[in-house]
Amino acid sequence: MRRISLALLVALLLPALAAGASKDTKLTLVAYSTPKDAYGQLISSFQKTGAGNGVSFSQSYGASGEQSRAVAAGLDADIVAFSLEPDITSLVQKKLVAKNWNKDKFHGMVTRSVVVFIVRDGNPKKLKTWNDLLKPGVQVITPNPFTSGGARWNVMAAYGGALRSGKTPKQAVDYLGKMWKHVVSQPTSAREGLVQFLAGRGDVFLAYENEAIFAQKKGQPVQFVIPKATILIENPVAVTSTSKHKTEANAFVKFLRTAPAQRIFAENGYRPVVASAAKGFNFPTRPQLFTIKYVGGWAKVEKRFFDPHTGVMAKIQGSGGG
Amino acid sequence: MAARAAALPSPKARRSPAPGLAVGLSTLYLSVIVLLPLAALSWHAHGWEAIASAQAVSSLKLTLGVSMVVALVNAVAGTVIAWTLVRDRFVGQGFVNALVDLPFALPTIVAGLTLLALYGPKSPTGVNIAFTRWAILVALLFVTLPFVVRTVQPVLLELDTEMEDAAASLGAGRLATFRRVILPNILPAILSGVALAFARAVGEFGSVVLISGNLPFKTEVVSVYVFGRIESGDAGGAAAASVVILAISFAVLLAIGGCRRWVTRHDR
Repeated sequence: MRRISLALLVALLLPALAAGASKDTKLTLVAYSTPKDAYGQLISSFQKTGAGNGVSFSQSYGASGEQSRAVAAGLDADIVAFSLEPDITSLVQKKLVAKNWNKDKFHGMVTRSVVVFIVRDGNPKKLKTWNDLLKPGVQVITPNPFTSGGARWNVMAAYGGALRSGKTPKQAVDYLGKMWKHVVSQPTSAREGLVQFLAGRGDVFLAYENEAIFAQKKGQPVQFVIPKATILIENPVAVTSTSKHKTEANAFVKFLRTAPAQRIFAENGYRPVVASAAKGFNFPTRPQLFTIKYVGGWAKVEKRFFDPHTGVMAKIQGSGGG
Repeated sequence: MAARAAALPSPKARRSPAPGLAVGLSTLYLSVIVLLPLAALSWHAHGWEAIASAQAVSSLKLTLGVSMVVALVNAVAGTVIAWTLVRDRFVGQGFVNALVDLPFALPTIVAGLTLLALYGPKSPTGVNIAFTRWAILVALLFVTLPFVVRTVQPVLLELDTEMEDAAASLGAGRLATFRRVILPNILPAILSGVALAFARAVGEFGSVVLISGNLPFKTEVVSVYVFGRIESGDAGGAAAASVVILAISFAVLLAIGGCRRWVTRHDR
């Protein structure tokens, strides 16, 4: 019996020792969950390139904020890919990501998307603009911006959409409060929201275009409308300053911004950051598209809208809206 | 007089093979596994004003209220199920017995999904209670069902039917026999089950989060509120709210323990 277990131990240890002896590098990618499928495909095509030869990956996926906190708490990571910039900013503050992480021509971003309305078959309530959400009886589902970092894109899309329609910042905040009264469910994440919407709840689900396309690819009966004024979502990626394999990690991030890699992202529903990669895909442009800068940039937005005690959204939630 | 307690010597008379060692090990284990994390939690708690916010208070009231209802419903339903499993003989009894534990085996988020499909807007049964407080109640009833059944069952199994025969021969009706002979014997077990069900219901997250809609002031339970605090970077406030929940739960558990001691006062 003992001999068998010894043999087993050796058999188990040998491959590990062999792996340690070779020059293979292993990169750890810590990412938010939505681009999981895309990264799976991207990693295997990276490994076929010269720079990716012999590089293996360990991958971790989860909610963006949670992943960011895990890295801040000591989870090893060479590359981090999050849903929104503040999740990287918090790592910059802890000196886990270099200050100049976004000083490249992509401003640190790797994919884009837009906030869309996922609606019922044939859009029976004719929901096309942000104002349409205020029609009597319209029921809205959006993840809670305090449990889902990604849902903050929805809030800023609604706020910016109101600004674009000619409202003053104060009126736009009023709009948010009114719109929030139509919110009938606040799931903790986008995927949960889709489950609830498909289960029959609500008239419109505020979501991201890539999620809607993803759901369609999975054969779910999803129809969506892109409002004329909506926010351009930008998802960041960065190499950590604690990475022991910076050369390989940088090579991977560089690869992510090549046309072939961007096409893989596009196939998975993301709008590419490299314009040429969008060719052949249907990503309609919208006349009143705006970025987070239009509503003040993340640093201001986080403080003004999402401070858990004093933020605009905390007050709207606290006033019993929804 | 409880048959079980009478058959055993009183706790004080019982001898442990190594009393000091057992006490030491229990203390050490409890300290490392339970007390240490709780102490760390209290240590991290700050931003106590967050707990006094209307939203926090509302979620806390909802959670405690629903959990108490759940515990009470379980006390009755769980006892009836345990009784049926022990005293009645019917086809498929083994199957039903195994069924009772199923809510424990099911990942709670799957329970939430299933309940949403069953009681949601597209319900095949025509019962649409999803996104209301009723949904929270049903989800919690589902996940806490096994507790009372499994605490009462072994006691019922050991309960001597001769006592009931004796009561009957002395002229007690079935109801009187149940109230004066059986119930006093199984009440401590029911209370243990109630305490477990209550504690579990207060902390439950997975099965509730999908089906409740998480609307502040309406259907947001305290675990979801705490989750929101963590997600918005207010870990201190989350810890503070958790400490309050734990303190209230601990008080309720102590009270149930007190009841349990009171109903078994004659055995000691």
